Parts: sequence; C-alpha cells; structure tokens
Amino acid sequence: MNIRVPKKMQAKKRYFIVILSSFLGLYCFFTSFYLNSHRNQKSRRGQLPTFATLEELNESPSRQKRNPQTTTKSCRMQTCFDFSKCGSDPKVYVYPTDGPVSATYRKVLSVIRESRYATHDPAEACLFIPAVDTLDADPLSPEHIPDVASRLSRLQYWKNGRNHVIFNLYAGTWPDYAEGALGFDSGEAIMARASASETIFRDGFDISLPLFHKEHPERGGAPPAATGNPFPAPRKHLLAFKGKRYVHGIGSETRNSLWHLHDGNQLILVTTCRHGKSWKDLRDERCDEDNKEYDKFDYEQLLANSTFCLVARGRRLGSYRFLEALAAGCVPVLLSNGWRLPFDERIDWRRAVIWADERLLLQVPELVRSVPPERILALRQQTQLLWEQYFSSIEKIVFTTIEIILERIMAHRSSRQREALIWNASPGALGTLSSYGDSRAHLPVAAPAPPAPRAPAPPPGPLPAPSLPLTAPPPTPGDTFTALLYVQATSPALHKLLANIASSEHCEKVVLVWDSERAAPTLKSLSRMAGDPRDALTVTVIDATTHYPGEGVSARWQPLWAVPTAAVFSLDGDAPLLAEELDFAFRVWRHFPERIVGYPARNHYWDESKNAWGYSSKWGGSYSMVLPGAALVHRALLALYGAAAPALRLAVRRARNCEDILLNCLAAHASRRPPLKLAQRRRYKPQHHRYRSSWSDPEHFVQRQSCLNTFAAAWGYMPLVRSVLRLDPILFKDPVSTLRKKYRKMELVTS
Amino acid sequence: MAAETLLKTSKQSKYISYRKILYHRFFVGLLLFILISLVLSIACNIFAGSAPRVDFHESVNLDAVSVPVSTILRSSVKSSPRVVNCTYWSCFNVYKCGRGGHDKITIYVYPLKDYTTEDDDSISRFSREFYEILHTIKNSKYYTSSPDEACLLVPSIDTLNQNYFNKEYVSRALQSLEHWNNGENHLIFNMVAGVAPNYNTVIDLNTSKAIIAGAGFDTWTFRYGFDISLPLYSHIAQDIDSTQPEQKNYLIVSAQLNIPEDYLAELQNIASSSNDLLLLDSCKMNVDYKKRCEYTTGKVFDYPDVLKEGMFCLIVRSARLAQSILLDILASQCIPIIIADTIVMPFNSHVDWNRIALFVPEENIRSLVKIVHSVSKERRGELYWQLRWVYERYFSSIEKITLTTLEIINEKVFPLAARMYEDWNMPEHIYGPVNPLFLPVTAPKSPGFTAVILTYDRVDSLFTLVRQLVRTPSLAKILVVWNNQKKPPPPASEWPVVNKPLKVIRTKENKLSNRFYPYDEIETECQLTIDDDIVMLTPDELEFGFDVWREFPDRIVGFPSRLHVWDNVTSSWKYYSEWTNQISMVLTGAAFHHKIWSWYYTHRMPAAVRAWVDDNFNCEDIAMNFLVANVTRKPPIKVTPRKKFKCPECTNTEMLSADARHMSQRSACVERFAREYGHMALRAVEFRADPLQYRETAAGVPHAYPDIGAL
Repeated sequence: MNIRVPKKMQAKKRYFIVILSSFLGLYCFFTSFYLNSHRNQKSRRGQLPTFATLEELNESPSRQKRNPQTTTKSCRMQTCFDFSKCGSDPKVYVYPTDGPVSATYRKVLSVIRESRYATHDPAEACLFIPAVDTLDADPLSPEHIPDVASRLSRLQYWKNGRNHVIFNLYAGTWPDYAEGALGFDSGEAIMARASASETIFRDGFDISLPLFHKEHPERGGAPPAATGNPFPAPRKHLLAFKGKRYVHGIGSETRNSLWHLHDGNQLILVTTCRHGKSWKDLRDERCDEDNKEYDKFDYEQLLANSTFCLVARGRRLGSYRFLEALAAGCVPVLLSNGWRLPFDERIDWRRAVIWADERLLLQVPELVRSVPPERILALRQQTQLLWEQYFSSIEKIVFTTIEIILERIMAHRSSRQREALIWNASPGALGTLSSYGDSRAHLPVAAPAPPAPRAPAPPPGPLPAPSLPLTAPPPTPGDTFTALLYVQATSPALHKLLANIASSEHCEKVVLVWDSERAAPTLKSLSRMAGDPRDALTVTVIDATTHYPGEGVSARWQPLWAVPTAAVFSLDGDAPLLAEELDFAFRVWRHFPERIVGYPARNHYWDESKNAWGYSSKWGGSYSMVLPGAALVHRALLALYGAAAPALRLAVRRARNCEDILLNCLAAHASRRPPLKLAQRRRYKPQHHRYRSSWSDPEHFVQRQSCLNTFAAAWGYMPLVRSVLRLDPILFKDPVSTLRKKYRKMELVTS
Repeated sequence: MAAETLLKTSKQSKYISYRKILYHRFFVGLLLFILISLVLSIACNIFAGSAPRVDFHESVNLDAVSVPVSTILRSSVKSSPRVVNCTYWSCFNVYKCGRGGHDKITIYVYPLKDYTTEDDDSISRFSREFYEILHTIKNSKYYTSSPDEACLLVPSIDTLNQNYFNKEYVSRALQSLEHWNNGENHLIFNMVAGVAPNYNTVIDLNTSKAIIAGAGFDTWTFRYGFDISLPLYSHIAQDIDSTQPEQKNYLIVSAQLNIPEDYLAELQNIASSSNDLLLLDSCKMNVDYKKRCEYTTGKVFDYPDVLKEGMFCLIVRSARLAQSILLDILASQCIPIIIADTIVMPFNSHVDWNRIALFVPEENIRSLVKIVHSVSKERRGELYWQLRWVYERYFSSIEKITLTTLEIINEKVFPLAARMYEDWNMPEHIYGPVNPLFLPVTAPKSPGFTAVILTYDRVDSLFTLVRQLVRTPSLAKILVVWNNQKKPPPPASEWPVVNKPLKVIRTKENKLSNRFYPYDEIETECQLTIDDDIVMLTPDELEFGFDVWREFPDRIVGFPSRLHVWDNVTSSWKYYSEWTNQISMVLTGAAFHHKIWSWYYTHRMPAAVRAWVDDNFNCEDIAMNFLVANVTRKPPIKVTPRKKFKCPECTNTEMLSADARHMSQRSACVERFAREYGHMALRAVEFRADPLQYRETAAGVPHAYPDIGAL
C-alpha cells in the first residue's frame, strides 16, 4: 500500500522505531539472561543429595538394651520414681511429726493429712512427705531447722528419697545464695522448691513453687480483688515497684538501676536501701534520695492502682511480690532471668505475665507501653483466675503440687492427662478430677467448643477388648438426661413423678436409689403414655442399704456407674414436677452445664447476732442454693462430690443431712457462679416443705445451719454465690393466649 | 475528473490521515509503555538493590556455580565443646537483637564456602534439605545480609546428618567463622544425631554456646528454653495427600522397620493374641521401602498407604529417639502412639503434643491395647482432627519446619510478639474464637453502667429519656451520641438538670455503628445502649437488667427480643418478631453489654458486616448479636418486660407497609451475616430472666424490683 507521508516525519519515525527496537532488544536480552540465571539456580536444588537415605533413617539399634534405670544422669520420673507403688488411686503418706517444725510447714502437713489424698498406711502409699521441716534451708534464718540431713536419712521409708516430696522455699545463704546449698542431700526425692532456676531445675521431675509469706492463709484465702474487667484498664499507674535494694551482692544490679525508670507518675519504681542492721555502712550516694521517694508511696495502693507490677529478683530468683501482684490483679512483669515460674509444668504463664529481660531493663517502659489493651484485659483476668485456683492459700499450693505429681503418675499408667486448657481455664485442675474423662467434652464447661467433626469409624470387629469395660464418661451436654431418684418410701407422689418422667421428652433412663429398710421395689421399665411410640423407659433400682451401707444420704449420688448421660436430674422421690418442667429444666441446663439448675431455692446470710452463717428457706430477693431434690447437676460434679474432702463427707454422714448444701458449696466453689433457679409454681413451696418429714422439724433446720458453718470453715471462706434472677420460659405468665405458649401447664395453679 | 481526483485524494488523504493517527498513536503508546517499563524496572532494581548496597552486603547466594574453597588445617583451633547448661539468659546475647524492629529478629547466613581438609576432602556434604533451610531463611522476613545487624547467625556448613560431616574439621571450621565468638547467637541445624554404637541424642560437635535446632533430643541433652526440638524430616511424608478412608480398617498399625527386638517380641505377643494390632515388617524377598509385610501371614501392604488404614499408629524408640515415620504418620492422619521415654517432641515448647498423640511409657508396652481402648470417642475425634492441621501448619515441609523454628526463637526474644496457646494449638475453624471475658465472676455493682444514647434530632424524646434514666440508681453516666452533622445539639442550658454526669459527643458521619464505638468517655465496663425513643423502661427494670448483666457479663442482656428461623420455602434465614417461645437476639435499642464488645464491633468484626450496616443504615443490632454469639458461643439474655416498644402515634396503615419492608430487610441482614460468618452464629434459647419474685404473691417479703413488667 502506498502511504504518502512527509519525508521528515517518516525519518523521525524510523529513528524512533530503531531506538525503540534496540531498547526492546536489550530489555529482552537482560530479561532472558535474568531468567536463564534463575533457571540455572533452580536446578541446583535438584542436584543436591538428600540429607539421609532411607537405610540411615531406618537404622536398627545395636543389640544392647537401653536401660534408663541405671543412668547416672539427673533424675527423671522414669529413672528416679517407683511407679509400681501407685495404683489407680495413688495415696500420700505423711510421716508422723517428731521434732521441731515451723508454723508454715505445720500447715503444709496438716492440709495434706486432712486431704482426700492422705493415707495412714505407708504400705499403700505412693508418695511420701517427710515431717522434717525443709522449707527454710538458709542457716542464717530464724526458721531454719538444723540437722535435716540426718533426720531425713533416718526416715523409715526414705530409700535415698525415692517417691518422696521435699518442700523447700529458701535455699542458699548470704552472700552467694547458691541454689544448690540445701544443707542436705535430697537424693532421688522430688524437690518442690521456690525460686528454682532453669539450670538447677530437673525438668519434668522437680516442681517449682511460689514463694509465700508466713501469713499466707492455710485454707480459703482472699477471693480475687479485681473482679471488674473495665476496658481499657483505667488504672492510675502503668508500672509499679516498691521494694528494697541491696546495694551490693548477688541480684542487686537490677534493683539498683530501677530509679532510672521512675517518673513519679506513670512509672513508679521506688526502692530503699534500708534493710538489715548495717545498711548505713553499705549505702551509696543515691540512698537518701531513693528513701525519700520510697516513703511517698504506699505498697498496697500501688498494687491496686497500677496495670503492671514489676517483679524483680531479689537475692533469690523468686519473690513474695509475685503472688502479691497476682492477688491484686496487677500483671507481673518479670525481671528475673532464668526463673522457673511456679507450676510452669502445667500453668501457661504466657497468659498471665509479661517476661522482661534483666539485661534490657531500660526497655521495660517501652515493653509495657506496647501491650495492647485487649491483651491487658486477658492478662488481668488470667492473674485472677490463677490466683484463685492455685495460689490463694497454702492448701491450694500444696494440692496443686500433689495434683501435678499424681497427674504424672496417671499419665504413666493410662497415657492421659488433663488438657492444658483445663489447667489454665475455669474451673481449673483442683476443680476437676484427673480421673474423670479424657477430653474437655466430658467436663462441665460453659459454652464448650463445638464438638470436633466425626473421625472415620474405627474398625468393626472385636471392640472393645473383652476384659475391659469402657470407662469413658458421656459427653457434655448431650441430648438426654438421667433421672436419679432418691426414694425412702413409695407414695402416690412417687408414682405421679414416675409417670411424668415417662412422658418427658428428654429422659433417657431412670436410676432409683432405694434407701429404706423395706425391700426395694422391683421395677424394670416405665411404660409410656398412651399414644407415645417410644420404647419403655429403662429403670435401674439400686438398694442403697446393701450397696452403700453407712453412706446415708450421700448414697443418693453414688451409683454414677449406672448413669449414661452427662445431665443428671437429681430428684427426691416425691418431687412434684411435671414432664414439662423436667424438659424445660434440661433445656436450660444445656446452656449452663457447670451450674446446678433446678426448682427449690434457698439462701444463706450472715447472722450478725450469732456471728455465724445462717440458712434460710424464706428467700426474698435472692438465693444462693438450688436444692438437688429437683435439680439438674452435671455428672462430673457428682463425681467431685464423691471425692470431697473426708471431713466434709463425715459431716454429712454424721448429720444424715446437708448433702444438698455440700453439693451447692462444691459447685459454687468450682464454678464461682451461683446456681440457677427456674420458674416458680405456686403450689411448689408448701409441698416441698412437706415432702421430707423432717422438714417441719426445727432441729433439722438448726442442723443445716451448723452444716453451713462447718463447710464454710472447711473451705476457709463461704463459697456460695448469690443470684437475684430466675429463668422462666419466654412467655411465662405473659398476657398472651396460652395456645401460643410452649410451657402451659407450668403456669397453671393446681392443688 | 478533477472533481473525481479531488474526491479521491480527499478520500485518500482522509484515509491516510486516519492511518497516520492510528500509527502515530500506536507508536507513541508503545514508546511510552516501553519507556515507563524501562524506567520502572531500572528504578526497581536500584531501590531494591540499594538496601544491601548501602552497607556493602550482598545477600547470600545459595546457587553460586563456584564457591570459594577454604582449607581447614589440622592444626587450627577447634571450637570449644557444647556448653551443657546453656540457657537463653546465659548463652544468648540479646543485645544483638532488636535491629529488625521491636518484634522481629534478624538472621544472617554465612556465605557458602567449600570447606575442605588438607587432603581436599570436603568436610561436610551439602544436602538438599539444608539448601532448603537456608533458602527459607533467606526468603523469610527475618533475613538480613549484614552480619553486624544479625541477631542470629547460621553457618552454611551442612550439619544435618552426623554421618556426612567430619566433626573434627567442622568444629575447626566453626571456629574459623568470622563472627563465631564462641558460638554466641549461632544456630546449628541437625536432623540425625549420634552414630553407632552409643547414638548420642544430640549432635556430636563442638557447638559451644550455639543454639541447636535438632531432632531426637532426650530430656537430658535438651537445654530447656534454649534449644529447639525438630521433627526428623521424611521425604515420604510430603507425598501423602489429605484424603481419608471412610473407615479405618485397623485399630493400631505398626509399620516401623527398626523396632528394637525386645519390644518387637512384646508387639508380636499382642498381635498374635488380638486383632487390634496390625504388625508390619519389611518384606523378606527384597528391600523395598514402599512395601510392608504382615508379620505372620506375609500379606503385602503398600507403604505409606497402609498408615491411613490405622486409627492409631505406633512409633517406638529405636537406635535414635526421633523416627522419620512420625511425619509419615502425622501426614496420614493416624493418631501416633509414641513409645519413647524421655523423648523431647518436636517444638514441644509451643505445640501441645497431648492434643495430637498418645504417650505410652516403654515399660507399659504390654498394656498398649488396653490403653488404646480406654481412649474415649471424643478424645479420639479431637486427636484425629488436630493431627492434619498441626502437620500442615508446622511439619509439612522443610520450609514450615524452618519457619516454625525461627518463630519460636523470635517469641523468646520478643515475648510480646508471642502467639497464645490457642493460636498455636487450637484451629479456629474447629474451636472458634476465644471469649475475651473468661473470668467467672459476677461483675461488681458499684461502678454502675454508662447509658449511651444514639440520637439524631428527637430532642424532646431524648430529654424525656434522660430524665427517666437518671432515676436508675446504678446509672453512672449518660453519653449522648449526637449523630446529626447538620444540626448542633441543643445548648447546655436547654438540657434537663440531672444529678449524673452527662456528656454529648458529636460524630463526624451519620452512621449507625457510632453507637458501638468504644468511646473513652465510657468508663464503666457495662454500657447500656438505648434508643432515644425508649422512654417506657422503669428504673426498676433498668436496675434489674443491670443486675442480670452482672451475672452474665459476657453476654448481651436486653429487653425486646427477636428470633431467627429457617424458612424451608425460600431456604434462607428469616427474621421473626412475633410472640415466640424462643429468642436468639435482643435488640440493642435497649440492651446492656460489656464495653469490650463495642471495641470488637469497631475493630474485630468482619469488615463486610460493618460496611453492610453502614450502607444499609440498618441491622447494627443484628450485627452485634452475631458478633457476640460468634465469639462466646452463648445466646443473649432477655429480661422480663413485655411492653410495646413501638411509637404509639404512628398510624396503622403506614406501620404495616413499613413493617413488611423492614422485616424483609432485616431477614436479608440475618441471611447476609450468616453467610459472612460462614455459619449461623446465633443460638436460640427458651428462657428469659425474671426477678426472683416476679408475679409472685409475696408472703410478707417485699419485692426487690416491684415496678417491673407492667404493660
């Protein structure tokens, strides 16, 4: 085609094109070169040999058998612990006290002796606690007990400390505070020690303790101080520390340089040189100034008013400050390099503390400032949770120690242990039985995670092994409940109740505990109402007088083996409940499996005049107990009842009463939540008074009052929590047509 | 003719000029494109290259064709032996870190060198896996090419397999490294440690103070909080896909080849007395690692496919503690049973192995079947689902293993960057999010609550509400969110005189989400969101509502309630407001909730949901209900009063049509939000909270909340 373009323009264009194409060519060349070199490089990986051949990876061992028992290395559970002594229910033996024992160690011994772990028979014991006070191994301390070494070795079952637990809070002494300097040889004993460092700690064998005061309560202990969860944390100071500094010697550098960070407002870090007798001789140039600042602030106030509390090492790695900060809901910021935190084998401290580094002291303000507010909220809640569950009393600290060891034993026997989430969330390890179930799905966890999707079916065939009963408890919450009836006599009310149970939608099974001298009724099943297509309801009758002689009222919750569901509807034989009420209660309970959910409610109050707790059935605006005469309880909670402290169960057995109060105390203690009362039927209350003959008896009432006080004393505090609300069906007593209502009969007043 | 020519030329010239323009445009466009791309590529090269070039460090070239040769003399000094009691605090120089910002370590890889002995033998063999490790580090966010800025240094000498390096010479080579400094902050990778006959459980090399990331540690050689335990990598595992059979054919499969003889004898006993154990060994005929033969019958199975047929798979301690079969088993989604006392599991500081595996002590090998049978159905399901997830997240390739190692070290150095247990171990798609309010408490009464009133211009109704609200004893403060940008709020003099603090906030935009902004002015944990026309609630009702919230501080507690229902006809979710026996939402026209939920609403809620609310100017309350129910897995709580919450003046016909439109829009919201969350987060319940003495004829006991629930 003939294109007539001015020549000038054509030339211009040609140049353009030439330049362009040369650019393009260059570009292509470089790109291809680049790609080429890349391809070359890619190929290098393929040329390389693999790190090990299959033969090497499948290398067979030499003939010699590895025997960990004869190792000279430091102790591990496998090498220094005799598991053969521990059965399915391991027991702890405490040696009888002979010789001087400090007040603190006396408390330690007494809580173990009165616990459910204790045994008097050394032959059946698995763990041994020497009554030799090893708490304070600092010879300069007034609490120090001399001659520990020889007294330990003279113990009857010592055997170089095998299966023994030794508690120690202070090791080493001035000036170097060497951790190893105990003054005795602990041999193969498990050391439960405070201020342990990573180097001396035998991982998986020793247990790290918190350092606690002499005044630390034996039982109970202060409830969490910071129950409020304001967001973001509105506390006055960001970081606080108030304590002595040592001027010289081990562990003094950190505290000596804290004043650099002090700004008198957000960061309060005040120290004093005043301590001991000779501080004036050792003082340095900052002492006077420091002392002045120090006196400006009150320690308790600081704890309560700051978001973070510095926990700096003292002479030893641990300090009292750690527990004090936890108790106050002040998030600990640790400046204690190498410290093994208390119970860190099971407690996940990442959730509750901030690790700082002594070497990076000056970065601490920056560090705490960069913690986001939602993390602070979680940290603070966790401090409260952990403080209350594991640290607020000597009893809890000691029990946690024992639970950790018992769990190792159980892991050895049956390859299972409680999940990390059980330890680090409510209700915690002391509120659950280690032997109950092997999944969180078995436990009463509020708002549980949705169950995992089904795994492929296991192989069909000879399952389970013939010799072995399947012991796994039912999952929570399940779709059905078991009615657990406690019956002392047959009555028309009982028949009516049984008929109602039979027409309940969710009842899977009836377990009837018969506690009477008269012969138990023979009842195999309950037939349904006419027109109900379901199979007859299975009934198991258990004669408590033969099965559980001497248990008294506690027998009513003993036959858990017969209960196939997580939900247990504990009923008195003459509880006037309708099928509708049974089903409503169950549907509510499914949302609150950790609580007792039921109908009859009671209250407790502090009686100023008697200086004691009072028990009241005339509730006004609030209640704190729901009686398990007609209430749903989680099966795990009933199992916990079976494992309650011996003193508590003895009180119930002696009184032949109060089992319901004890159960309420247990539930409240574990879940820290009140029970839930459901809709009220007018008829219910007076009837309820009648259905146990002893109710009209004023002595009965006095007895319950005294039970309440016994329990409060045993726990060291009043565990019951009050509530002001009751849960009703949505349209309960609303002025709408009854036809619209699902639960109609509940509202009707029947005589 | 002339005219014709003229016509023709004009036509042609038009044509030409048209083509000219076309050409012109094309070339100019091409020119521009090429110029721009050239400039860009040059600029990119300059800027990308500039960072290392400033301090004259080139990133390590792993693919260099020729690497410098360095001869290690026999006489040169060896590095000092491994320091047995190293801790992070004593052997790690933390001052070197922090150059990469406040949450990131920096890692330097030494340039590749071919270290040889005096006899020209290579002192270690460079393997593919080690190449991949270095490659991963080089491409990770932690990499730095400058040794002076490095927090961690990785020698480029392959120490993965004890069989392929000369420990004497490698020790010398380590000492010769430019920044060795007694191994401080160095990271040594190792997979196969120890050789016959004593099979050390840690790499046999003078590593001084270096961190060892190794496989097969036992609890004695593993330095707590310092070393990193790795899995023994298996190339077989990476070819195993994630498909699973409908049913597992065997309860326990043992496919490991190198089981020690005494344990093998025990297993043979079990296999002969029970059908639960499928005991496999290598086939006698030929050594083929892809085949396994049943121990007695000789039946042939394909490996690793046979692992998928097992519910549980055995791993037994052999010459070494770590076995490569572990990764094959994890990849096959067969629950591992680990029989190896004192083993340190891979990444044990962060990965919770009790959620993945069963541990049977060596002395209990006899009760293996019994232990497996005692595992409940629930636990089995949890273990099973955890497996594949953990495998894919941490173990499925050398790259993942390396990155996990680096992340663990990073978390040690920067504890604030650490992820929580749930992030490491609980797949959110199974377990859901974590409730930010997990402390089981009844919230304290004394701080009271803050009322947040969203208002536009209904001043009269607002003032009535304010007067009404301040009669509630626990009210701490009133916050009026003035959502009208065009009109200023009434001057202070016109406001009702009240005895509680009152604060007005003017917003920048008229958005419904403004009512859920976590204003600093809300100083209590509880906030009452209330519409400016909800004037019918009595102080008793509000006080009781607050008391109910105190018992359920992590939920929304409110008065009017709604329900979601599944419509089978349209197969979609429907919003339902009739008198029902169930509720799943409470309207935030009058509801108490914790302030954290406002923060969640603003910062954590899926952006699509928030955008939907602001675009449609509706459904912020439904969004809030979804948000809370999704995080807590708990339904809201409805409190007693059943009153008319609608304005009484509105005429009936208007209401009806408005209602229908309103309802369809609300239904669309429910449907949309359920889709955004991937599931129906709302949960329906059949109960509401009433005062204890509600509708009771009190026998002499005065009611705690007398003025409640009147119509």
